Amino acid sequence: MNAVTKGFRGLAAYMSSLMGADAYTKYLEHFTTTGHAGPAMTEREFWRDRMDRQDSNPQGRCC
Amino acid sequence: MGKNPDQTGLMEGLDPTLPAPAVDDSVRDAEQSTWTPAKIGVWVAISLLGAVAWFMLALVRGETVNAIWFVFAAVCTYLIGYRFYSKVIERYLLKPDDRRATPAEYKADGKDYVRTDRNVLFGHHFAAIAGAGPLVGPVIAAQMGYLPGTIWIIIGVVLAGAVQDYLVMFFSMRRGGRSLGQMAREELGVIGGTAALIATLLIMIIIVAILALVVVNALGESPWGVFSVGMTIPIALFMGVYLRFIRPGKVMEVSIIGFVLLMAAIIGGGAVAGTEWGAAFFHLDKVTIAWGLIIYGFIAAILPVWLLLAPRDYLSTFMKIGVIVMLALAIIVVRPEITVPAFSEFAGRENGPVFSGALFPFLFVTIACGALSGFHALISSGTTPKLIEKERQTRFIGYGGMLMESFVAIMALVAAISIDRGIYFAMNAPLALTGGTVESAATWVNSLGLANVNITPDVLAQTAKDVGEESIISRSGGAPTLAVGLAHIMQQFIGGPAMMAFWYHFAIMFEALFILTAVDAGTRVARFMLQDSIGNFVPKFKEASWRPGAWLCTAIMVAAWGAVLLMGVTDPLGGINTLFPLFGIANQLLAAIALAVCLAIVAKRGTFKWLWIVAVPLAFTAVVTITASFHKIFSPVPAVGYFANNRAFSKALADGKTEFGTAKTVAAMEAVVRNTAVQGWLSVIFVVLSIIVILTALIATIKAIRAGGGQDHEDPAAPSRVFAPAGLFPTPAEKALLAEWNALPADKRTHKAGHH
Repeated sequence: MNAVTKGFRGLAAYMSSLMGADAYTKYLEHFTTTGHAGPAMTEREFWRDRMDRQDSNPQGRCC
Repeated sequence: MGKNPDQTGLMEGLDPTLPAPAVDDSVRDAEQSTWTPAKIGVWVAISLLGAVAWFMLALVRGETVNAIWFVFAAVCTYLIGYRFYSKVIERYLLKPDDRRATPAEYKADGKDYVRTDRNVLFGHHFAAIAGAGPLVGPVIAAQMGYLPGTIWIIIGVVLAGAVQDYLVMFFSMRRGGRSLGQMAREELGVIGGTAALIATLLIMIIIVAILALVVVNALGESPWGVFSVGMTIPIALFMGVYLRFIRPGKVMEVSIIGFVLLMAAIIGGGAVAGTEWGAAFFHLDKVTIAWGLIIYGFIAAILPVWLLLAPRDYLSTFMKIGVIVMLALAIIVVRPEITVPAFSEFAGRENGPVFSGALFPFLFVTIACGALSGFHALISSGTTPKLIEKERQTRFIGYGGMLMESFVAIMALVAAISIDRGIYFAMNAPLALTGGTVESAATWVNSLGLANVNITPDVLAQTAKDVGEESIISRSGGAPTLAVGLAHIMQQFIGGPAMMAFWYHFAIMFEALFILTAVDAGTRVARFMLQDSIGNFVPKFKEASWRPGAWLCTAIMVAAWGAVLLMGVTDPLGGINTLFPLFGIANQLLAAIALAVCLAIVAKRGTFKWLWIVAVPLAFTAVVTITASFHKIFSPVPAVGYFANNRAFSKALADGKTEFGTAKTVAAMEAVVRNTAVQGWLSVIFVVLSIIVILTALIATIKAIRAGGGQDHEDPAAPSRVFAPAGLFPTPAEKALLAEWNALPADKRTHKAGHH
């Protein structure tokens, strides 16, 4: 049973990083390691910025 | 640099306090060239299984063939191609070097350039390249029997499609994630680059239009489908608002909510279509749906991404992975018996009812996605290269990702040929041939004289009833046929016959979802390309935020694909039948352009001995598409040649006839004259542009060969400070190196991607 739960958790974690749910965590990680000046964006700001940048930089989706 | 840099001695500036960023070349070579008995045994077993599977498919002529052999033939061939052929490409042609930092490392910004776990990126890339294409082409190509399509999908991907994706991804990665268009301009000069840009833009319009046509054909006169697919719009809007204002960043959560709502929309669609008002309100003819789609396309492309496109994209990714895993499981569990012959009666003719033209070259353009898809070059350059962690991972992600798409195409083929051939032809032939009623369709199908086909009107009516549609006659475009096949397989797996209608509409729903995402994203990308091009003359257009410019360019793009869509919907000759080859030709010409750019790059790197790896697929696709275009332009057979058809109808009009062939009115005849002219001239423009690109690439290649190499446009090499394994499973040497990295003190490790 434990193995099943573990497998399911792993799958959920995989799917969530596949969908990009960990983008903010990665941004923060990058931010802290590189030591920019000023505070990091909040989660809300980050997602807003991420979507808005897609407006002017669309990604193709294939057929 | 000019000549290809050999690995040894490339990198100065590697951090001596860190473990090595790459497995030592000699260690890896030793690892790869050691053949233990177990390893040999595994590869012998894979080869034998593959050989038996191919034997069962290609040579054994029984009454039926089991679907499991398709799976084995495909998977074994992919494994061999991946393990041996892609290794050759890696070793001798591309020569990746893990000591070099990838753009995700040296340009890291935490947003666009982010090192991404290879397995996650594999899924990400796969979701971006695979859509409705591999689900549609193989279905249409099944007209010729199962074998030609199967061979082309499996062999084509190993030698052409996956090679293209891999090369384009690698070269784009070495150039900081530059797009195909930018690489074409750099490598081929202004003429070749401009031709490539215009061709890409036109090809995108055609591809969007024909994908839209597939949706329209699937939803026409289907209240259930219209309701459930229509509901995806409010669902996506809700998800968008939820993510923006209620719980930002909770992507998984909102995707699951969206998925549940989507299932509710499918089930609800059945209930709504069952009511009198629902059936009346959502019963729309194709022209209305086409207009609806055009208006939707325009609005969707100017709305902010967060509101509609991004949530739709999440849903589509979620569904894509789920559906494909489910379909693979179902085929392996159910193992349907296939009664379709290896080569059908239409394999040797050029007047098939589903698509016209001879096997060569038209089979090779009908199946584009899944075997060789030029559109992938646009995805493989750009987004994915900015996320790759290590250079060696491009083989797994680029080559491997495309193999995965090919597998989807094989499964779609299996699903489509698991249904009765009589039903297949009744569903896929144009209305002008089937007559539209179950009686006329059954009579027509039986008159074709196909072996073992004897369909009754009752079976056609019953099938329609089973899947919850009023009629399944002449639902061309591939999607409905796949949906029937999938429903047929899935109901044996989960739910039984009572679930068939649900599975059918589930399939229609996800195909529509993929296509609508592609239409929306395609319109946006095309709009930016147009804005950029006009911006060269009117600088104001380059400003993405300048609303009038954005709206005008969006309107132009939507009008362009909308016109082609309406032409296909109203075409008296049956839309898909005449337009699908144009879709395939467009896609393959883009592949030729991408491979031509790769050829020039490879020659400039000085790798002449292995040039054939690019030259062979390039020559093949160039021959196929140029031949197909010439057939379409010059063939005297009206069913094949656009201009021959144009002349035949013009003459009939001039003779004062009021009906001709399948066109029953003067207006319909005039429509044929108009449509064939447009289609013919589009073919001419495509082929001329592509020939220009190929010629400029050949000139660049020959120049490079004479000079012993050429100018290198790669970004300067930067030393890497991270390590990650190359493939799905780490090798022992990679594991050992990973252990060294993991043993680093925490403060060292947090700096692993740091800028100093």
